[in-house]
Order: sequence, then structure tokens, then C-alpha cells
Amino acid sequence: MTDNPAGHKDTEGAKLGMWLFLFTEILLFGGMFLLYAIYRTKHAAEFHKAAEDLSRTAGTINTVILLTSSLTMALAISEVRKGNRERSLAFQGLTILFGSAFLVVKYFEWSAKIGHGIFPNSPELMKLAKGEMLYYGLYFVMTGLHGVHVLIGLGVLVYMLIGTFAGKINAGNFIQLENSGLYWHLVDTIWVYLFPLFYLIT
Amino acid sequence: MKKGPSELKQTPGTAGSQKAYILTWLALICLTAATVAVYFMHLGDAGAAIALTIASIKAGLILLFFMHLRQESRLLQGIFLMPLLLVWLIIGLTVLDVFYR
Repeated sequence: MTDNPAGHKDTEGAKLGMWLFLFTEILLFGGMFLLYAIYRTKHAAEFHKAAEDLSRTAGTINTVILLTSSLTMALAISEVRKGNRERSLAFQGLTILFGSAFLVVKYFEWSAKIGHGIFPNSPELMKLAKGEMLYYGLYFVMTGLHGVHVLIGLGVLVYMLIGTFAGKINAGNFIQLENSGLYWHLVDTIWVYLFPLFYLIT
Repeated sequence: MKKGPSELKQTPGTAGSQKAYILTWLALICLTAATVAVYFMHLGDAGAAIALTIASIKAGLILLFFMHLRQESRLLQGIFLMPLLLVWLIIGLTVLDVFYR
């Protein structure tokens, strides 16, 4: 590593560590995708029926929002590499804005469901067919856990924004921002699968 | 640690051009539109297979271009396939078991 001889930062090692962490995230969600796959195989028709009640519009808007936030994240890192602090700050701010917008849409979706009496263990949910109960159980757990990941990602990004503003993250030292980007993109990738699996069941 | 020549030149990180990022994003948006369009065709099981294929292409684009896996060392690329294969294997075999029981 020759980028920062005085600081002896092991950027390759830092990145490898981040990827290892991402593997554990894949396995964490992988277990839930396994449950989903089995229950959907067993209750295909009921999964389809329950999924009809989700808002395709909200899901599509959120997909576009999150994909766009990944673009601004990649651009933020690209700008900081070139030493354009202000432009990087702007792109980081946009990423935080899109991430928050995603959670706002999610909030309205969940509120609508809860407003209809559909939430884990609710009496309304217990009246539904078994497959529909399982669908909503997985829906709340998987999109909920994903939402928590977005929230954590936002926290990390705010920290990065402050670091960039203070000049601690700069053209010579941006591995933290790059690793935050890896995390953000992985959370986006998981949504790429959640979207068709919960909103687009035919 | 010994480094291959391809690893040396890309430290302390890997970068893509901004044009490549924007093209990746455009492709991702188009694929999102495609997967929603396929939904409204109501293709049943085939629709599910198409949706999963499109999602995997999108995930691949994010990994290769946004996360720069394309430019990473062969070692990291190799390691990365492991959890993916593991998850696919576990899900595939379990579903087969449930289906043909």
C-alpha cells in the first residue's frame, strides 16, 4: 500500500473485511429466502392472492429510488477520489435523501397494512388462510429487516458526510466511504430480490 | 503479502468511470420496467422464473459495476461466489425435497 505510507492503512484488508461481513449478510437473508421459497412452493395460490393486496406502484417507486441512491453513492465515491469534496458531499446528501424517501414510502405502506388490521399476530391476520398468514409474516420480517438495514446505512452515511465535511475522508483516505458504499449497494441488491418476490407474484 | 500486478495498480480502491455508473443505472431502471411489464402479462410459473432471472441480472450489474467486483482480484471474486452458491444450493435442494416429497 503506497497511498498513505505514514498512516499504514491497510485498505485491501479493510475492503476484504467488509466483503466478509457482506457474506454473513447474504447468509442471514439467505435463510429467510429459504423459508420464503418453501412456503411459496407449498402455498403458491395463497401467496399470489396476498401479494395482490400490496401496492405495485409503491414497490416500483421504491425500487427506482433505491437504485438511484446506489448511483449517487457510486458517484459520491468517484468524486471524492478526484478530490471534489463539494460534489462528493452533494452526492452523499442525495444518497441520504433517497434512502430516507425509501423509508417514508415504506412507512406509508406499512401504515396502510396496519390500518387494515394486517400486522403480525393481529386478529384480522389470524382469520386469513394459512398461506396468506405466512406471506404476511415473511413480508413484515423480511422488508422489516431490510428497512433496519437501510436505517443503519443512513446512519453510516451521515457519519461519512460529517467525515467528508471535516476533511477526514479525502482523495487520499476514502476506504471508509468505499466500504459504506459496498454496504449500501448490498442492501440495494437485497431489495432487488425482495421487490419481485413480494410485489410481483403471478 | 505478495501482490499480483493487476492488484497493485488499482489500490487503494477500485473505480469505475462516471459514464459507466450512469449506463449501469439506466440498465437497472430498464430492467425494473421490464420486470413490472412481465408481471402484468400474468405468465404464472414462467413469470416467476423470468422475474428471478431479471433480478439476478440486476444484482449482477450492481455487484460488477457499482461494487466493482469486476475489477477486484480473482481471489475476492472466487470467495464471493461461495455464499451465493451455498444459498442457491440450500434453497434449490430444499425446494426439490419439498416438491417431490
